Amino acid sequence: MCQAQEEYGGCGQPRRRPRVSCAQKCMKCKEASPVLVIRVGDAFCKACFREYFVHKFRAMLGKNRAIYPGEKVLLALSGGPASSSMLRQVQEGLSRETAKKLRFMPGIIYVDEGAVCGQSLAEREKTLLQLETVLQASGFPYHLAHLEEVFDLPSSILQRVPHNPAGPKDSYKEAVEGFIRQQRQEEGGGPSLPERQIQEKLAKVSVRDAPGMEGLAAPEARLLAAVRTEQLIRLFGSVKTLTAKEELLQTLRNHLILHMARAHGYSKVMMGDSCTRLAVKLLTNLSLGRGASLAMDTGFSDDRHGDVVVVRPMREYSAKEIAFYNHLFGVPTVFTPALDTKALEKASIHRVIERFLYGLQAEFPSTVSTVYRTGEKLSATPGDAGPAAEPERCLLCLCTLDTNVEDGSALQAILVSERLSQQKLPAAAPAGRGCCLGAEEQRGCCMNTTAPGADARADFLPLLCYGCRLTIKDTTCLESLPLYVRSEAERRKRRAAMKLEIQEFLLEDEAVTPGES
Amino acid sequence: MPAPCSACGASPAALRRPKTGHALCRACFLAAFEEETHQAIVAGRLFRPGETVAIGASGGKDSTVLAHLLQLLDQRHGYGLRLLLLSVDEGIAGYRDASLAAVRRHQRRSGLPLHVVSYCQLYGWSMDRIARHLGPRNNCTFCGVFRRQALDRGALLMGADKIATGHNADDVAETVLMNFLRGDVGRLRRGAGTGPAGGEGAVPRCKPLRHAYEKEIVLYAYFQGLDYFSTECVYAPQAYRGYARALLKDLEAARPSAVADLGHSGERLSLRSDLRMPARGTCQRCGYVASQPLCKACVLLEGLDRGLPKLGIGKHRRLRDKLRDGQPLTQEERRRLGAPAEGEPPEEQEPRGELGTDEEPWGRRELRGPQDLDF
Repeated sequence: MCQAQEEYGGCGQPRRRPRVSCAQKCMKCKEASPVLVIRVGDAFCKACFREYFVHKFRAMLGKNRAIYPGEKVLLALSGGPASSSMLRQVQEGLSRETAKKLRFMPGIIYVDEGAVCGQSLAEREKTLLQLETVLQASGFPYHLAHLEEVFDLPSSILQRVPHNPAGPKDSYKEAVEGFIRQQRQEEGGGPSLPERQIQEKLAKVSVRDAPGMEGLAAPEARLLAAVRTEQLIRLFGSVKTLTAKEELLQTLRNHLILHMARAHGYSKVMMGDSCTRLAVKLLTNLSLGRGASLAMDTGFSDDRHGDVVVVRPMREYSAKEIAFYNHLFGVPTVFTPALDTKALEKASIHRVIERFLYGLQAEFPSTVSTVYRTGEKLSATPGDAGPAAEPERCLLCLCTLDTNVEDGSALQAILVSERLSQQKLPAAAPAGRGCCLGAEEQRGCCMNTTAPGADARADFLPLLCYGCRLTIKDTTCLESLPLYVRSEAERRKRRAAMKLEIQEFLLEDEAVTPGES
Repeated sequence: MPAPCSACGASPAALRRPKTGHALCRACFLAAFEEETHQAIVAGRLFRPGETVAIGASGGKDSTVLAHLLQLLDQRHGYGLRLLLLSVDEGIAGYRDASLAAVRRHQRRSGLPLHVVSYCQLYGWSMDRIARHLGPRNNCTFCGVFRRQALDRGALLMGADKIATGHNADDVAETVLMNFLRGDVGRLRRGAGTGPAGGEGAVPRCKPLRHAYEKEIVLYAYFQGLDYFSTECVYAPQAYRGYARALLKDLEAARPSAVADLGHSGERLSLRSDLRMPARGTCQRCGYVASQPLCKACVLLEGLDRGLPKLGIGKHRRLRDKLRDGQPLTQEERRRLGAPAEGEPPEEQEPRGELGTDEEPWGRRELRGPQDLDF
């Protein structure tokens, strides 16, 4: 059962848990006495554990060869244990003097979500102060962003920027060697050295920028900030369920981080998702109807945006390992309450899954790793992907739309149920299974509902994937969504109408132009 | 003041649909449920005219509603099917007797022919006897494996082209969760996509109710006045599926559409193409479909017959190979495979059922080799 060689007795035999005694030695160096036990029975001493931890990080980056030397990488810091540990690993990796040091240029971003989580301005300021000490101590350039800035994002955020991949894997080695050669040359030459130092100092200046705030004097900026905060609270107030709130928060946060990355020239973003967190995310996304995009949401690299790639280097660390590392080696963390802090047990899907998985893990210790391994077996490209045409993407999460109605599918059954449970107006609705949520027509065929504003929603939903549709269905007031979302939605609708008009004359499935959604 | 039905707008609503949350009156709900099942059958192309369909009837709510619906829709829409009831007697005292009684009542009302196959008859072991040897856990493994073969054999016996089972949306959702929790990529892949009726066993199967919520099935049975037997199997509480079921209840409480969402997710899962998947072959002993040299049922039975009931449970490849090669096992190895402790009285033989009349093409598997089985 459960992939592990477990011993079950008949009635009455207690389960045997391997007991590690203090008299044992560290399983790696066999000399020092162990200070912790990870996994089921592996006892490590402090030094070996540190080596194991650091090695895993470097191996993860090296194995995937995703980060090229000299690249600018944005570290998404939430203040929590996993991302703080990630920051520490990057610091350690970059500071090594040997040729084995990591070779990218990191920056840090922290997104302040206090407004949504019900924190007062004073509390948010306090958290930010605590964080600044951590950020400054790191020595990397950092950016502090408030979630309110989401209202000033450009609609280009929702467009995937096609990006040529950096070529076959062999070129990675060449890139590394070229970089080393270049560095050695620079070190030889004198004049370039102080220049580089000045540049580094400039980069370390904290950047507390906000889109839309340029050119405003201080009192106006404060007023704008207050307005935005109110808008944000109104937006989240119009979302009925905690599940949808959490999903919306994640989406907006990702957009903001993406924008910062693009604005400052970062080509990679590092997220601190641990193995445990990813296992929870896998099951959560399954339950949210996001089965199609599981691989992208939890895999090592996520390239849905095209030019900026999200990587997850902490994905093989269990939460326990991270906690032990932070404790043993003094990694500073800052606690910030989240949306579901102190929420009821069954308030949101995320909460339910987390509680379930942790509970099951206590009884079957291989649960989390089994779920994680199953997630690794998923692939990002759907089996029946069209050959050349760019697939349509969801407006909010930018993954491929999974809402084509196939015969006999669950989606079709849901649409049929919805249709049969509601009153049909005498106005001629087209016969057949087509409904406004179907992919057959995107506009104007559904006259089923008479509620005002339902048309706006009916137009909006076809642009979204299954999971995002559920989130938006729980949002009562679409008008409170940020402008960039609404304007991009309008743009896509107009484009779809255009395409409908000229459908008979188009020769290919989809004209592939830059900026095409 | 009850709200008006949201479908007809005329009568007051009698219930709230779990699936969509709409308030409907009795007539509209029954009509909607029947129409949805009909659409699922048509859209999924589950049946062809002239086919004989064996309905797996356990006497419980799902199979009772399924049998009722298939008969009704067949008459109403002219599917052109010949319907039969097929029931499996696992030999669980108290539980199965009562549910079989419910099946017989249904058979009398509906007039459909009924056939019952029993584990005792097919394998020489009843679930009660297996549970006495095995303990409270892992019984569902035996029962599930045996039932699959039993249904196939019964269907072939009755000349059926297809087996229809009453699996509902909750079952599908639980299965998706369970397969993920146990890392069963083979089953995840088979569950993905909305392909035609599955052909895993000898007889193709279909699940006409797989998009219907369990609660809606109960509502339908209630409003239609259908009679069924509803008690949980005594061996079920310890099953791993129980965890998935509890999780699903909580998920549904957090978001009612979670059941359907899980079904959608399961269909859209895409697995890597470079994974090693089990290949479909045949069992060397009984000729049934198997991905290993021996089918699971044969392995399980081998374990039971030798007094090592855990032979088929968990990974004991090395020990199985030892047995296959005829080498003796140590006491510790026998204990690990579930052999009873020293000093227990020998198990008395249960009387075997009739090995079949002249109409049955086979009885106990040992009487006929693979060549004689006509799949």
